Amino acid sequence: MIEVRDLTKKFNGFTAVDHVTFDVKNSEVFGLLGPNGAGKTTIIRMLSTLTRPTEGTARIGGYDIVKGDNQVRKLIGLVSEKMIMYDRLTAKENLRFFGKLYNIPKTLLNQRIDELLELVQLTKWKDSKVGTFSTGMRQRMNVIRALLNMPKVLFLDEPTLGLDPQSTVEVREFIKKINKENKTTIILTTHMMNEADLLCDRIGIIDHGKIDTLDTSTNLKKLVSGDDTTVLKLEIPNLTKKMFTAMQALDCVKSVSQENASHIKIHATGDEAFDTIIDAVRAEKAKINSVENLQPTLEDVFLYITGREVRDKADNKIPVRQHGPFRQKRRIR
Amino acid sequence: MGTKTMISHSFRIAWKDLMELFRNRMGLVLLILMPIFMMTMVGFIYPSDNILSNVPVALANQDAGYGNSTIGSQTFLTVFNGINNSTGMLTITNATDIDTIKDLIQKGDVQGGIVIPSNFTSSILSGEQGTVIIVTDQSNPQISATIQAALSAVFQQMGTMLAQQKVQALNPAVNASYSLAIVQPYNIQSEGVVSGHFSYFDFIAPGIMAMTVMMSVMTGLPAAISHEKEVGTLDGMMVAPINRLSIILGKTLAQTARGLLQGVIILALSSVLFGVTIHGSVLLVFGLLLLGVFSFVGLGVVLTSFAKDQETAMMLMMTLMFPMMFLSGVFFPIQQMPWYMQSISSVLPLTYASRALRKVMVLGAGIPAITTELTVLIVFGVVMIAIAVPVFKRAMTR
Repeated sequence: MIEVRDLTKKFNGFTAVDHVTFDVKNSEVFGLLGPNGAGKTTIIRMLSTLTRPTEGTARIGGYDIVKGDNQVRKLIGLVSEKMIMYDRLTAKENLRFFGKLYNIPKTLLNQRIDELLELVQLTKWKDSKVGTFSTGMRQRMNVIRALLNMPKVLFLDEPTLGLDPQSTVEVREFIKKINKENKTTIILTTHMMNEADLLCDRIGIIDHGKIDTLDTSTNLKKLVSGDDTTVLKLEIPNLTKKMFTAMQALDCVKSVSQENASHIKIHATGDEAFDTIIDAVRAEKAKINSVENLQPTLEDVFLYITGREVRDKADNKIPVRQHGPFRQKRRIR
Repeated sequence: MGTKTMISHSFRIAWKDLMELFRNRMGLVLLILMPIFMMTMVGFIYPSDNILSNVPVALANQDAGYGNSTIGSQTFLTVFNGINNSTGMLTITNATDIDTIKDLIQKGDVQGGIVIPSNFTSSILSGEQGTVIIVTDQSNPQISATIQAALSAVFQQMGTMLAQQKVQALNPAVNASYSLAIVQPYNIQSEGVVSGHFSYFDFIAPGIMAMTVMMSVMTGLPAAISHEKEVGTLDGMMVAPINRLSIILGKTLAQTARGLLQGVIILALSSVLFGVTIHGSVLLVFGLLLLGVFSFVGLGVVLTSFAKDQETAMMLMMTLMFPMMFLSGVFFPIQQMPWYMQSISSVLPLTYASRALRKVMVLGAGIPAITTELTVLIVFGVVMIAIAVPVFKRAMTR
């Protein structure tokens, strides 16, 4: 469905997307996972014909995104990070306006608008102005707006950003439903590991404009765990710097990270890893309160691949609310 | 993609924009208030007849007379009051002498003074010149010029009356009109293109109309598009399979409608409040306003493409708007400006639009009289649009 070849975007010498190549199969959910500023949004904007690539090509449904841009536009729907909604128009007016841009016949459009509003339980508010909606309602509107033209490919740029847990779950369920029922191919970006894990068939981990690794969630985790990897979480109330270095010095230990004052997380390999580590900790006269043997998560995968934690960067730049008179400042994409 | 779909998309976008506009109460109020402010402000600040009126002036009559007669000052006062009553230029306060007048001026109670000296009648009767002293307020040169003008009119009329009397005394057979012809053989009579009384409003109303309509497109277009860009809604239109031109076209339509609405408000105001009438065809007036809009669309679009966000757009607008406002002859006649300013003025489309509009509204001109202006506006519009379209297309998909 989507073929991306060496797609590159430079902004005044800064390379936002660096020779990215990947394919997305029909009716697949493909995730682009990475911290903010990694280039996810720029990839989405190029694929949705909003930004012209500096180098490389991409084809959607057989059409080139530059030469066949208008053909591509007919196939796609975009749920942007920013709300594509006019606050002073009602829900129905908004949907009708965008629907008309796709030349959908009036009766069909009205029918589809009613269905979509029903689908996200907004029928009650169809004649209220979008400006009065809560963030969750707005995001649901934002998603169904992209579905007006029944797109073959749906782009979702951080679809659950800034939503409360309940709305987040609702939007995720909805995304799954669209994929299953309409066989829509979905590309979504996120910086949340569990979201990618929950929704995506395959995940591309992207950082500094490059896709580092691309595979299914399960395979990605295997990358970390291999067959003999152990991930241990230890709670040591009297944790010292010396224990920490002693831990790192062990042959079987691949990495040690400190989570807080008393918790450390250890990646290790080998059959004897567990015993070796516990012995070593004991030898340092550490008091062990608890030991957890963890299954690797995508977060571990990310740490393993990029050498840093995704949250470090993401948390610094958690975007503010998406609506209201003072909007988020533009950031480098 | 057919032209028809493009046009229909433009109408959708225009309709949506106007809908947003009319739902914004505050904005709507300001939309109507702005031309009202503009008209009343500009109309009342600038004097409507180039002459001041009701200037407070102190008068000290110190004429001691000659014998029992104060004929000199009496005639002066009669003629002076006669003229002043008909023009309403000065408001007279009586004072005793020159020092009181100076005091009054310093206090700001009056803005000038007239003193008839004690030897006024005696000088005239003894065959000398009669002198009247004007006390001027140096901090306000315009007022002293006004008083001087008033007095010279008085003396002119007194002199004429005196000369007429003398001619009639010499030859009683000559009637009054002949005696006037002997004293003042030449006279001036002014004849306008159209009859009626004209004020400064007649001069500025067409200019302000042209300015408001054209500015609303030039500023409204970049503001509207950069706003949508910033909020993100522009992406919604950009991902739809529509011609990029229909976005500009739709936005322009909406802004034009907004501008024309303001133009109509200005026209209504000027005719109701300030007695401005359209002497030419109303249809031609609106045609000219539309043409003005057309000539500005390209410029607006180019500015839109350059402005990355709304703030930059607004600043760009302001920078361009002010020189244009003052150099286009909307408020002041271009002929008053030095030549280099005049040459800048001659490249601004607003100059031509307001000139053409003035010709039609004030002088009742038809299309043949404004062909130069029409040509300039059309050429400017076409050239700007030819530049704007590729620039816009590039800017939208950076």
